[in-house]
Amino acid sequence: MAHTRAIFPVVHIHSTATSGSPLTADASSAREWAGLRERIEGAGHTERVRLLEEMAADVRRSVVSTIDQAGLGHIGGDLSVTDILVTLFAAVLDVDPTQPDRPDRDRFILSKGHCAGALYATLAQCGFFPRAALDTFMAPLSELNGHPNRTKVPGVETNTGPLGHGFPVGVGCALAARLRGLPYRTFVVLGDGELQEGSNWEAAMTAAHYDLDDLTAVVDRNRLQQGARTEDTKQLEPLADKWTSFGFEVRDVDGHDHAALLEAFAPSQTGKPVAVIANTIKGKGVSFMEDRVEWHHKVPSAEQVQAAIEELTR
Amino acid sequence: MTFRLAADAQTYDCRKAFADTLIDLARADERIVAVCNDSVGSSNLVEFRKEFPDRLINVGIAEQDLVGVGAGLANGGLIPFVSAAAPFLTGRALEQIKADVAYSDQHVILCGQSPGMAYGELGPTHHSIEDLSWTRAIDNLRVLVPADPVQTRAAVRWAVDNPGPLYLRVPRFKVPEVTPEDAVLEPGRAVQLADGDDVTVIAVGTMVSRALEAAERLRGEGLGVRVLNVPFVDPLDEEAVLAAARETGGIVTVEEAITTGGLGAAVASLVAQHHPVPMRILGVTGFAPTGSASFLLDHFGLNAGGVAAAARSVLEHARA
Repeated sequence: MAHTRAIFPVVHIHSTATSGSPLTADASSAREWAGLRERIEGAGHTERVRLLEEMAADVRRSVVSTIDQAGLGHIGGDLSVTDILVTLFAAVLDVDPTQPDRPDRDRFILSKGHCAGALYATLAQCGFFPRAALDTFMAPLSELNGHPNRTKVPGVETNTGPLGHGFPVGVGCALAARLRGLPYRTFVVLGDGELQEGSNWEAAMTAAHYDLDDLTAVVDRNRLQQGARTEDTKQLEPLADKWTSFGFEVRDVDGHDHAALLEAFAPSQTGKPVAVIANTIKGKGVSFMEDRVEWHHKVPSAEQVQAAIEELTR
Repeated sequence: MTFRLAADAQTYDCRKAFADTLIDLARADERIVAVCNDSVGSSNLVEFRKEFPDRLINVGIAEQDLVGVGAGLANGGLIPFVSAAAPFLTGRALEQIKADVAYSDQHVILCGQSPGMAYGELGPTHHSIEDLSWTRAIDNLRVLVPADPVQTRAAVRWAVDNPGPLYLRVPRFKVPEVTPEDAVLEPGRAVQLADGDDVTVIAVGTMVSRALEAAERLRGEGLGVRVLNVPFVDPLDEEAVLAAARETGGIVTVEEAITTGGLGAAVASLVAQHHPVPMRILGVTGFAPTGSASFLLDHFGLNAGGVAAAARSVLEHARA
C-alpha cells in the first residue's frame, strides 16, 4: 500500500521500505580507512596481519559497547565473524564508502543478518556512516535495525534476517556481473547453522551450474547455533565434502587467522565458485563467552562489559 | 461509454502477449533478462530463449533461489522478469518476495503464470487462488492483474518503465479483448468499462469479460450497471471505488481468487471504513473439486449468471 494516495486519514499503512533518509558516508573516517587500506596493501606480511588484528580489536570493542548501549544483540556470532568482515573490508573488497552505489563495486552480503552489530561496527569503521550512529543501534526509529536494511544503511546490498536468503541474492549479483561484463566479485557470509536452510543448496547448484568463479561463499563455522551445537542439532559434516560435491573450490581455514583468510579470499584457481569454511569460535576474544551456546544473544552485564573491553584492549 | 462484447469474440491466452511484448522490449533494452524455474515452456519463453540465449536464466526447479537470484540481478543493474507458475512462485517463495524484493525495494517483476484455477484438473496444489491475498499483504509490492492481451502488453511495458517491486499476474484462461487500447495504465487508476447508477461491478483479470456480459443482461432488465476494471489490485483506485459506493446502490466484486484477502477484501475494507454500502464478494470459496478451469469457474458461480445474481441481490439489500 506504500504507493496509495491518502484520501482519508485511516486505512493506510506507513511503509518503512522506501521512506526516510538513509545514513551517508562519514568523510573523515572514510579517509582514515582509505589510508589504512593503503598501509595494509604496502605492508610486509607481519605488519599487514598486525594492522588487521588492530582493526579487528577496534571492531570487537565497538560491538561490545554497541550491544551494551542497545541492551540487545547477537554478541557470540558478531565476535566469531569479526575477523572475516575486517579482512574483507580492510584488504579485499573493492568498495568506496563515499560511492556506495558505484555499479562496479564488489558486492558483500551478510546472509547471517542477525550479526548486523558486527557489520555496522565494520561499516562505521570504514566510514560508510558516522560512528556516532552506532549509539542508535536498535533504538526506536534508528536506521540501524536489528537486521540490515539496504534502503537505510550504505554498504548493505540486500535486506537479510530470515536465514537462507543472502546466498541466492549473491548468485544473482554474480550472474549480473557476468551478463553486464562488469569485473566485480561477490562475497556472501553465511552462518554454519544457516546451512540447514535448503535455499542455500539451491543457490549452490545454480552457482556451480553457471561456473560463477567470481562468487565466494564464506561459512562462519563456529559450530554453534541458537540452541545447541550444529552437530547435535542437525549435522553439517562432512561440510567440506558437501561443498566440493556441489561443485565448489573449497578452502578450509582458521577463521581468526587474517593471513589465512587473505589467502582464502584470493580469486578462484579452478574456474569454480569458491567456498571458504572459516573455522571460528563463537564469542572469540572474550574468554567467558568463547564457544558457549548461551552467548548467542545474551547481553553482558556492566561488569561483564568492562571485563570484555579489558580483554579486547590487551 | 458502454462497451459491447461481440458474441463471437475471439479469445486469447495472455501469456503470448506477455512473451511477445517482453521480446520486443528486450530488443531495445539490454538490461531486461528473464529468470525461470524450468518453466521456459509454461512461461512461453521459448522464443525469448532463442533470441537471447544468455539472457534467459534457468535456475531449475528451485523457487526460493529463483526469487533471490532475481533480486541479485536487480542489484547488479538488470531488470529481471522472474517467471514461474503462480502457485509455486508465490507460495514457495513468499518470504523471498517479502524480504529480498519488497522490503529490499528491488526492481523485480514477479510474473505469476497460469494463475487462478487455470490448471483445472491438476487440482488445488496447482491452483493459485491465494496469491492476491498473499501479495496484497506485503508492503511495497504492487499487484497488477491484466484482463486481456491489450492490458497485458501495457502491463509489461509499465513494469519496465517503473522501478520497484511488482507482482504481475499473467492470465492463461482464454479471454476476449475487453479493455480499450488507449486506456491509461497506472497504479491507483481504474478503467471504467460501462456506466450506470444502479449497481457497480468491480472486476479483475479473467472476470472482466464475464462482468461485462452480466452488465448486458442486467441492462436488458432495465438496470444500469457500472463496470470498473482495476488492473492494479494494489494500490487500488480508492476514488473510483468510493465514487461507486456513493453514486450507485452497492458493489459486487469478482476475481478468480479466494475471497479471503484479494480484490473483494480490499474494496470491502475501504468501503466499510468510508462509505458502507451493500456488497457481494465473488471468487473462489475453497479448494476446488476436480474439473477443467472452465467447469470450475462455473462451479464457483464465476460467470455472467453469478455476477448478475449477485448484483440483483445487492440491489434487493440496498432497497430493503
